[in-house]
Amino acid sequence: MATIKLGNLKKSFGKTEVIHGIDIDIDEGEFIVIVGPSGCGKSTMLRMVAGLETITSGEVQINGARVNELEPMDRNIAMVFQNYALYPHMCVFDNMAYGLKIAKMPKPEIAERVRAVAEMLELEEYLQRRPRELSGGQRQRVAMGRAIVRKPDVFLFDEPLSNLDAKLRVQMRLEIKELQRSLAVTTLYVTHDQVEAMTLADRMIVMNDGIADQIGAPLDVYENPATAFVAGFIGSPATNFFGADELTVSQNKALTAALNDAERAALDQPATMIGIRPEHLQICEPNGACLTLTVNYSEALGAETLIHGKLPKGTAITIRQNGRLPLPEGGQELSAVWSEHSVMVFEQNGRRV
Amino acid sequence: MLMNSLIMALGIALGKIVISLLSAFAIVYFNFPGRRFFFWMIFLTLMLPVEVRIVPTYQVIANFGMLNSYSGLIFPLIASATATFLFRQFFMTVPDELTEAARVDGARPMQFFWDILLPMSRTNIAALFVILFIYGWNQYLWPLLITTDPEMNTIVMGIKQMFPSGDDVADWPVIMATSILAMIPPIIIVISMQKLFIRGLVDSEK
Amino acid sequence: MEKRVKFKGWRLPMLLLLPQLVVTVVFFFYPAGQAVWQSMFISDPFGLKSQFVGLGNFEFLLADKFYRASFITTAIFSGLTTLVSMGAALYLAVLADRLIKGSGAYRTLLIWPYAVAPAVAGVLWLFMFNSRVGVVTWYLGLMGYDWNHVLNDNEAMGLVVVASSWGRISYNFLFFLAGLQAIPKSVIEAAAIDGAQFWTRFRTIVFPLLSPTTFFLLVVNIVYAFFETFGVIHTITSGGPQQATTILVYKVFSDGFVGQDLGSSAAQSVILLVIVGALTIFQFKFIERRVHY
Repeated sequence: MATIKLGNLKKSFGKTEVIHGIDIDIDEGEFIVIVGPSGCGKSTMLRMVAGLETITSGEVQINGARVNELEPMDRNIAMVFQNYALYPHMCVFDNMAYGLKIAKMPKPEIAERVRAVAEMLELEEYLQRRPRELSGGQRQRVAMGRAIVRKPDVFLFDEPLSNLDAKLRVQMRLEIKELQRSLAVTTLYVTHDQVEAMTLADRMIVMNDGIADQIGAPLDVYENPATAFVAGFIGSPATNFFGADELTVSQNKALTAALNDAERAALDQPATMIGIRPEHLQICEPNGACLTLTVNYSEALGAETLIHGKLPKGTAITIRQNGRLPLPEGGQELSAVWSEHSVMVFEQNGRRV
Repeated sequence: MLMNSLIMALGIALGKIVISLLSAFAIVYFNFPGRRFFFWMIFLTLMLPVEVRIVPTYQVIANFGMLNSYSGLIFPLIASATATFLFRQFFMTVPDELTEAARVDGARPMQFFWDILLPMSRTNIAALFVILFIYGWNQYLWPLLITTDPEMNTIVMGIKQMFPSGDDVADWPVIMATSILAMIPPIIIVISMQKLFIRGLVDSEK
Repeated sequence: MEKRVKFKGWRLPMLLLLPQLVVTVVFFFYPAGQAVWQSMFISDPFGLKSQFVGLGNFEFLLADKFYRASFITTAIFSGLTTLVSMGAALYLAVLADRLIKGSGAYRTLLIWPYAVAPAVAGVLWLFMFNSRVGVVTWYLGLMGYDWNHVLNDNEAMGLVVVASSWGRISYNFLFFLAGLQAIPKSVIEAAAIDGAQFWTRFRTIVFPLLSPTTFFLLVVNIVYAFFETFGVIHTITSGGPQQATTILVYKVFSDGFVGQDLGSSAAQSVILLVIVGALTIFQFKFIERRVHY
C-alpha cells in the first residue's frame, strides 16, 4: 500500500507539450481511474508514474519519496498492459515468476507465491500452458497475476479490458474491482470507457488534451461536471448541448427561473451553451415551458428508449425514457421538460458557470 | 575436405548470427551517440558481395598471416549486414509492451536480451542458420584464393583441383563421387528443414 | 521506424556493436578503401614499386577491347541467365499454384537444386556435356550434332547459362509461388466471371499483380549472375574459349590473381562496386514505392 502524489506533472515530446501540469494526492488503497478520449495524454501520464516515460517537469512521489529518477522496478509498481505483453515463449508460471526470479527470490518461495495467486485467479490448471494456448480472458488474468505476484505498492492498468469482448469485459471489470478491494493496493487505471471509469473508480481524473478537467468521485463528476467536456464525456448517451438562442421567450423564462444569478448573467453572453443530460429530459404536454423537438427516430433498447430528435434550429437532441412508455414515431412533434436543478450552463471556454 | 567445409560453414553461420544478434540488439534497443552513423556504416556492407573486394581482402588476410587458416576463410564472409538487417527487422516487430513489461519486472538490458528476445528469435535464428550454412558451404572463389594448402581445401573447391591440367583424361568417377559428397549435406539440410529454409530465404530478402 | 522503448547508456551498446564493427572495418571498409586506392596506381610486374596514375587505370580499362568485350559478355550472360531461370521458375510456379494437393512434394522436388553449390552444379553439367564422356554430348552426337563447348563460343555460353540458371530456378520458384499465392483468389474469380480465359487472366491480372515480385527477382538475379556464378564459370570454361565467357567478376580474379595486375583489378572492382551500388539503390527506391502499391 502506498500514497502517490503527482505535483505539477508535465510532459513534452520535443517542443510539443502533451501534459500540461497534473496535480493529485492519492490515498493508500485508493482506486483512481484516468479517463479520457484517445490522445488526451492519459496513457503517457500512467507511463510516467511507471517510469517508462521520462518526466519533463514536476514530480512523482510514492510514499512521500520522489521517484522521478528511479527505474520502473525500483518504484515497486506492477503494470498490466492493454495487449497483456505476456512473454510468448514462457508458460504461465514462468510469466508470473519472471520478476521474482530477477529479484533473486528463492525458488520455493516463488513457487508458493505463484500458486497462491494462480489459485486466487483460478489459473492453477493453466500454469504450464503458453499464452497463445489461452483465451483472451485467461491471458488477461495471467497479466494481472503477474502484477499481483510481486506484491507491489501500486498497480498500474493501461486499458486492460479493451481487447476483450463486451461480455467478458463486464465480468473482468467486476473481478478487478473485487481484487483491488481485497488486496487494497493503490491503483491507477487508464481507460477511454466512461462506464469502466464510473464503475471502478473511487475517484476519477477526466483528462482532456493533457489537462485534468476534473478530479472527483464518479457520482460527483456525473452530477456536477466542471466543464462541457466532462459533461459530454461522462454519461451515456452524451449530454445535449444547445445555445440559449434556440429557445423561445417563454421557454427561456422557464429556464432562467431554474438558474442561479451567475448562470443567468452568463446566459446573456453570446457563446454560452446550455447542457441537459438525456435522462433529465421528459416528454410533456405542449406548453410554453417545454422544449419542442421533431423526432428523427427512436431506439427501443428494452429497459429504456432513446428518442433522437432536432430542435427547431436543427441542433440534435436525445431524450432517454423508460422503455414502458409509448414509442414516438419519426416526424412526430414532441415537447420535453427538464427536471429541476439539472440544467448546466457553460461559458464559451467550456467552464461551468 | 568435408571437415574443412563443415568448419567453414558452421563458422560463418554461427559467427554471423552471434555478431549480428548483438549489433542488431544494440541498434534497435539503445539510444547512444553515433547510433545512426554506425547503423549506416554496417548497412552499407549490404551492397557489396565479397567478390567485388576480393583482391584487397586477400591482401588483408595475407598481411594478417591468415592464409590457409579457418579464421581467414570465415571472417571476411561474416562482414556483411544481411543477418544484422534481418534481426533488426524482427526486433522491430517485437511489441514495445514486452520490453516495458520486462523493465517493470526488473530486467536489465542483457537479461531482457537473454530471457526474452533471444528465445523469441529462435525460429528466425534457425531459419537464418540454414541459409547461412548453405551459403558458407557453397563458397567457392574465396576458399580457392585463401587455401593453397590442400589440407585446408573445402570440398566444393576441392573438386576443381581434381581436374587434371592439360589434356589428361579426367578421372570422372572420383570427381562425380566427390561432387555428390559435396552436394549431400546442404541438400539434406534444405529438404529436412524445408519450412525453416523457405522462411529464412523469404525473410532475408525482405 | 523507431522503438518507443530504449535502454539508457552507451557503453553496453558500443560493446555489443564492437565485434561487428571490427569485422566490418577490417574486412570490408579497409579492403574497399584499398581497392579504391590501388585503382589509382600501377605496379611493376614484380610488385616492387607502384606509380600513381590517378584515373589512368580506368581510362585504360574503358579503352581496353577485352574489358569492353567482357562487359558485353556479362550483359549477355546475366540477361540470359535471368531470363531462363525466371521464365522457367514462373512457369513451374504457375503450374504448382494450380495444384491443390501435392504442391508440397512438388516444392520439395524443386527446391533442392538451391542447395547445390554453383561450382558443383558447374561440374555436374560439365560432366553431362563433356566431349568424351558426356551423356548429352553423346545423344547430340547421335542426332548428328557435334557439341564441343571447349572450342565453340556459343556452346560454351549456352552451357554456363544453363548451369547457372538451373540452381537458381528453385529460388525464383519459391518467390513466384509465394507471390502467386498472395494474390486473392476472389480477384481471379472475378476475372473468370468477366469471361477472361486462363491466358488472358494471367496476362492482365496475375502478371501485373506479380510485378513487385518479378521486379525484386530481376534485381536479385542480376546481382547473382554478376557475382555468384563465378564458381560455374571457373569450373566449366575458366572464362574461355578465348574469353568468350569471361564475365567481369571473372576478369577481376584472372587479372588480379593470375595476371597480377593489381591496379587494373582494383579499378575493375571499383567499377563493379559502382554497378552493384546503383542496382541496390535502384531496388531500395522501388521497394519504397511498392509500399504504396
